[in-house]
Amino acid sequence: MSKINLRVNGESQSIDVPPMKRLLDVLREDLHLTGTKEGCGEGECGACAVLMNGELVNSCLIPALQASGATLCTIEGVAQNNTLHPIQQCFLERGGAQCGICTPGMILATHHLLDKYPDPTMEQIQEGLAGNLCRCTGYMRIFESVKKAAEVRATT
Amino acid sequence: MHSDVSQFALTAPPTLEAVLQQLATEPGKHTPIAGGTEIMVALGVGRLPQRSFVSIQHLRELRFIRVDADAIHIGAGVTFTDIRRSKEIADDLPLLIQSASWTGSVANQNRGTLGGNICNASPAADTPPALLAYGAAVTLISSAGLRTVRYEDFHLGYKKTLLRPDELLHTITVPRNFSGYRQYIRKIGTRNAQAISKTALAAVAKIEGDIIADIRLGAASLADRPLRCAATEAALLNRSVAPVHLEVTIKAARAALAGEAKPIDDIRSTGKYRAAVAANLLEEFLRSLAS
Repeated sequence: MSKINLRVNGESQSIDVPPMKRLLDVLREDLHLTGTKEGCGEGECGACAVLMNGELVNSCLIPALQASGATLCTIEGVAQNNTLHPIQQCFLERGGAQCGICTPGMILATHHLLDKYPDPTMEQIQEGLAGNLCRCTGYMRIFESVKKAAEVRATT
Repeated sequence: MHSDVSQFALTAPPTLEAVLQQLATEPGKHTPIAGGTEIMVALGVGRLPQRSFVSIQHLRELRFIRVDADAIHIGAGVTFTDIRRSKEIADDLPLLIQSASWTGSVANQNRGTLGGNICNASPAADTPPALLAYGAAVTLISSAGLRTVRYEDFHLGYKKTLLRPDELLHTITVPRNFSGYRQYIRKIGTRNAQAISKTALAAVAKIEGDIIADIRLGAASLADRPLRCAATEAALLNRSVAPVHLEVTIKAARAALAGEAKPIDDIRSTGKYRAAVAANLLEEFLRSLAS
């Protein structure tokens, strides 16, 4: 077992876990943050995506020990004070979420995308979300949600 | 999750020196793990043969991009995202930028490293063809010291390299003076985003008059390792790409590539398809030289 200290959604956490335990499982089983989903478990679908030190990562591919000392943001940390983040609001209003499994990863990938490209082109949106698979929406409503979120971000 | 994670060991010694010491003390016992984008997949599906790992992901000593007059020196711990953000690499080594950009998704590019892509030693890996075309060298480090070898000599066979159990890949050195060279890279996969190559070809060539004065070719999935197409290069050197000679040059190139390519049938494609498509890519490159 290894002692892991990390900061998740603004709170410091200290846990004892096997060092090769996947960050995904640490979040879900040890920290009970079940908003982060497991899809493929192979780094292809992005359902488990979180922000680690500001970078988008697939938490299924990170051994717990490599997250030691990191600052993490999961879907539970996106809304502030019970108010949806504008990205979440836009996904809600534009039909960017259906069954919901891909949505936490999509929201965090969008967060990361808009930090890099505040006014993204369609190509930048498509590339930024290429690692997040959705089997409901056909993606068009997701792209519209991201475009709307960029507009909202520009005016606030 | 198909593995019992409690059966696996992982340590993260604080410095490069400490990692090398651990590898030297128990050679072969610990497998280095950088971004985890290969090893953790195997763990998840229950097909990870090794039991003990040493993390090198946090080592600042391996995460640098240094430019001098002749070359760009890239630390093995540099991520694909680092490569894509480097103006120097973009200016001088566009094939490396292109191959980094089609290595997995943004999330995987944020974690996966150039050193990992090389040491994982898949014949289908994305960056090796570009590094072979550029004539890169690799520097290996152990607690006994450094050694530098040509990258084209690094791969010995399928997933076999000349890295010793006590060694790490330290630096990838890529010559940067390609002004006057034509550069080409293309990957063929099932789809454009995030598909592993069926085959890929990277090429650089210098044309003087209509004559191919210098040429280097690197290919993915044409052999048991990333392949420098040396016989094809030899067949093309000093050939003309003038319109009147171009068809003869292309024919010679296709024949030479067919002679040295030994692609296999696997889950992603057939050997026959790979050989045919790689020859088409080579032809596309040669036709671009003529125009």
